[in-house]
Amino acid sequence: MEQQLKQLEQEALAKLQAASNLKELNEVRVAYLGKKGPITDLLKGMGKLSPEERPKMGALVNAVRENVTAQLEEKVTVLEEQAIQEQLEKESIDVTLPGRKVRQGNRHPLTRVIEEIEDLFVSMGYEIAEGPEVEKDYYNFEALNLPKGHPARDMQDTFYITEETLLRTHTSPVQARTMEKKKGEPIRIICPGKVFRRDNDDATHSHQFMQIEGLVIGENIRMSDLKGTLDALAKKMFGDDREIRLRPSFFPFTEPSVEMDISCFKCGGKGCNVCKHTGWIEILGAGMVHPNVLEMAGYDSKKVSGFAFGIGAERIAMLKYGVDDIRHFYTNDSRFLSQFHRTEG
Amino acid sequence: MLVSLNWLKQYVDIDGIAAEELAEKITRSGIEVDAVIDRAKGMTNVVVGYVVSKEKHPDADKLNVCQVEVGEGDIRQIICGAPNVDAGQKVIVALPGARLPGGVKIKKAKMRGQESNGMICALQELGVEGRVVPKAYADGIYVLPEDAVPGSDALELIGLRDTVLELGLTPNRSDALSMLGVAYEVAAILSQEVKLPEISYHTVSEKAEDYIKVRVEAKENPLYAAKVVKNVKIAESPLWLQHYLMAAGVRPHNNVVDITNYILMEYGQPLHAFDYDSLKSNEILVRLANEGEKIVTLDEQERTLKAHNLVITNGEVPVAIAGVMGGANSEVTSETTTVVIEAAYFEGYSVRRTSKELGLRSDSSARFEKGVDPNRVLLAGERAAQLLAEIAGGEVLEGTVLVDDLDKSPARVVVSPDFINNRLGMKISLEDMLSILNRLQFDVEAANGLLIIDAPTRRQDIKIEEDIVEEIARLYGYDEIPMTLPEGNDQIGGLTPYQAKRRVARNVMEGAGLYQAVTYSLTSDELAQKFALKAEDTTRLLMPMSEERSTLRQSLIPHLVDAASYNVARKADSVALYEIGSVFLGKTAEELPYEEEHLALVVSGKWVDNAWQGEKLAVDFFVAKGIVESLFEKLGLTERLSFEKTAVDGLHPGQTAAILLDGEKVGIIGGLHPAERKKYDLKDTFVAEINLNAILTAEVKELVYTSVPRFPAMTRDIALELERSKPAGEIIEIIRNAGTKLLKEVKVFDVYEGDKMEAGKKSVAFSLTYFDPERTLTDDEVVSAHNKVLKALTEAGAELR
Ligand SMILES: [Zn+2]
Repeated sequence: MEQQLKQLEQEALAKLQAASNLKELNEVRVAYLGKKGPITDLLKGMGKLSPEERPKMGALVNAVRENVTAQLEEKVTVLEEQAIQEQLEKESIDVTLPGRKVRQGNRHPLTRVIEEIEDLFVSMGYEIAEGPEVEKDYYNFEALNLPKGHPARDMQDTFYITEETLLRTHTSPVQARTMEKKKGEPIRIICPGKVFRRDNDDATHSHQFMQIEGLVIGENIRMSDLKGTLDALAKKMFGDDREIRLRPSFFPFTEPSVEMDISCFKCGGKGCNVCKHTGWIEILGAGMVHPNVLEMAGYDSKKVSGFAFGIGAERIAMLKYGVDDIRHFYTNDSRFLSQFHRTEG
Repeated sequence: MLVSLNWLKQYVDIDGIAAEELAEKITRSGIEVDAVIDRAKGMTNVVVGYVVSKEKHPDADKLNVCQVEVGEGDIRQIICGAPNVDAGQKVIVALPGARLPGGVKIKKAKMRGQESNGMICALQELGVEGRVVPKAYADGIYVLPEDAVPGSDALELIGLRDTVLELGLTPNRSDALSMLGVAYEVAAILSQEVKLPEISYHTVSEKAEDYIKVRVEAKENPLYAAKVVKNVKIAESPLWLQHYLMAAGVRPHNNVVDITNYILMEYGQPLHAFDYDSLKSNEILVRLANEGEKIVTLDEQERTLKAHNLVITNGEVPVAIAGVMGGANSEVTSETTTVVIEAAYFEGYSVRRTSKELGLRSDSSARFEKGVDPNRVLLAGERAAQLLAEIAGGEVLEGTVLVDDLDKSPARVVVSPDFINNRLGMKISLEDMLSILNRLQFDVEAANGLLIIDAPTRRQDIKIEEDIVEEIARLYGYDEIPMTLPEGNDQIGGLTPYQAKRRVARNVMEGAGLYQAVTYSLTSDELAQKFALKAEDTTRLLMPMSEERSTLRQSLIPHLVDAASYNVARKADSVALYEIGSVFLGKTAEELPYEEEHLALVVSGKWVDNAWQGEKLAVDFFVAKGIVESLFEKLGLTERLSFEKTAVDGLHPGQTAAILLDGEKVGIIGGLHPAERKKYDLKDTFVAEINLNAILTAEVKELVYTSVPRFPAMTRDIALELERSKPAGEIIEIIRNAGTKLLKEVKVFDVYEGDKMEAGKKSVAFSLTYFDPERTLTDDEVVSAHNKVLKALTEAGAELR
């Protein structure tokens, strides 16, 4: 019987090793360890043995049984591992193939510039004021110290609608309207918006463009405040290492009037194509609000003062992004627009 | 304004300062120097030559073979094609090896077999602008005076060893429209003195007033002075004068005209010279023109005048349009012997109006328009008399015939140093302020803590305290202004709710895959009202530049469709754009159009294109609608949004809806009509436009949290057979109304039209979600609620499948 047992063990282990999947293995288990298997039969046949032989034989059968069971479990682990490996193999993909993109659009570059400037000034306590694109001659010119027949009106060739209404040539009329509304109260606003001039569209001119103007009125507003504010703007838009300089200029609505240059961001001031070899780039016009403008809006120019500035969004965008033709902003070519998607800085 | 530094040196010492440095200083302190032009830049080997002989080229009709002496005993053969070259002339020769403007390099050459050792030059070949070259030399070589020395530097002789500063003048600085004005500015910058021209001349015993009387009958002419010079010999001006004029951009004519132009440039005071004998009268009468009166001006054009144009007459007929242009009838010619010099002050507004009406802008009118210096008018007349005597051999008659009612007093400005410093945010000392004002040659007195300033009349722009602030600041240096930020602000900045929501709208559009476009507000009359939500009276420009940009738009869609078409024509297979902009409707009480902000979008071509996964989807109505729904959802307006089938010109009649907010129309959405698509060469294209004002100002409830469901929801599906034309929206309404408060959601999950359906019918499947936030629903409760829905549907005639 002992011999019979050894033989069974050998047989079971050989079949177990030969099993190539969990199903075959299960068959082996049922065949040898099952209730109707030969090992169980042997246990049942122990009754025929002598009482002395029984414990010895019992121990022997259990040992075989345990050995086969242990080896079987080991084999199960191996086969399970193998099955997982096969699954992984089957499920593996080419991770370099492109992903399913989520469609995303983005802001127009001019809006991007304007929002950036809006955010800067909002953080400095400004409000954003807006106004109509079709304006009265009064708000566009007269209230800004540009009476009818003033030679400087030539500086801004105008689309008139009637003698008294026109397409605004700058967003300054929003300033004039705000001053009128605030009735002598302090003001801190920026005014973004579309403006229009009688120009033929070419690489550097556009009959429609975007402007952002700023206006601060209050007691003791100084030219140094204007300079500090413009410096913050220049650094925000063109980098912290930008320097600014002011040059005298002329606008009918400010006195003194200045133009602001920034140190060239491309060459750092050494001279290059961008700055026309001067090291400086003209960015915007500004000045201290002309007393006539204050008085016309009901402010006492002896008591309050103010500064104003005006920026062309296209000019900023062209410099910042290196755009060489202003018409790109109005052609709405997807190949152009989609370039202004990512963040910066 | 072109400023020759050689000329400027006559009035102010600029020796030892490089032109570039001077230009930088001028720019930084007030007047922008647009360009620094070295007139001889890069030119070498250009000398005086003497044409010893000239013979016809044996093989070329138009060429001459010249023997030219270019230094003592150095005679070279040069071929010259200029019609005016001749033996005996002194000319400008560019020798082999010479470099000329435009990268021209002169080499020895053979021309039709004849050797040529250089080139005889025209002024244009030396970089002089054709329009300023004297007429006699305009189409040929330039001929030098007889005393020019062969072999000497020709560039020096013709005044090209000079640097010219091109000033970009702002309208307030008309004082710098003269050499003297620029000299004052430069002197102030460099702390130098100004050397004024010394005026002295002899007069003959005859009196000017015996030759001419002056009468003025118009307030537009507060000062008129006439000087008479006789026995003038008309000739070419001396070279120096011609060269100064050319450097200033003025073409030399003859000595009399050149002298008036020279003084125009020197003093900024326009003068006019009349031929005394052609006046045919001994009277000058200044008056307004008679309506329709005619005059032939110097450019030989007949001009018809209006009653507000100021004219100079001989008592009968106009002989000049005041300050604008002289008449041909009194022009100085080579026969002229006696000239009347007019030095006058004409009011700027009058000259401006007249020159604009006649389209005659000149150096003279430009100066009158901006206001000449009242104190230089008579001086300029005296200067003319002097130069006519010195240069044209004239004899100046005694006295000036004068009508003078002109206020020549300076503008007084009183300002305190504190005001100046407060305005600037600086601490400039009183001494420094006085020093600057002295450098500017302003009359200044400091008394009682105030500066009492009389600005010279040449500086017409100095009127108020702020003007003095600017003068002090610009000469003290803007670099010295410190940087501060405004103090004492109690305003909290921020976007208005509208502005914030507009940014949200942009985010929704971009999150949905649309690029923001910006198109023009001006369009054609024809397109102005196309697709308009509500067409109202249009706003048209008085004088459009083109019909295409003549009228303000009432819809954003046409230009967006244009942009889509532009992109498709450039091989874009998918276009998705949106725009936010104003439309212009009718007229408000302010006589301005009512401006309404709209948002419009266009989607065209492919929508989904994941090529290698084989997922491709073209845009359809529901892509566009989904974007609109997302926007309303983000704005908290989903439950107030509905769509209603409608018709809009240019849109597909079966694929167009009105967008309603609380039942009011706030937008449209639809497929572009096939005819339009063909016109624009577009595939499937859908557009929408929404009145952004309406939806961004719609009041929405505060956002309050509702508890997250703790109990399971139950769903029931219903499939209905409907008429094909029956809107699913109506069925959803019926279900919602019938579904008790346990019904939380109704979704369409399938729509089928096809083979398995009867013609004209469709099947629509709905999924209904029932749920109670307080407890788990029982089957019976759901059945009871659902039966109410089924009953309502049956009553409404829907057929359950
Ligand atoms: Zn640079």
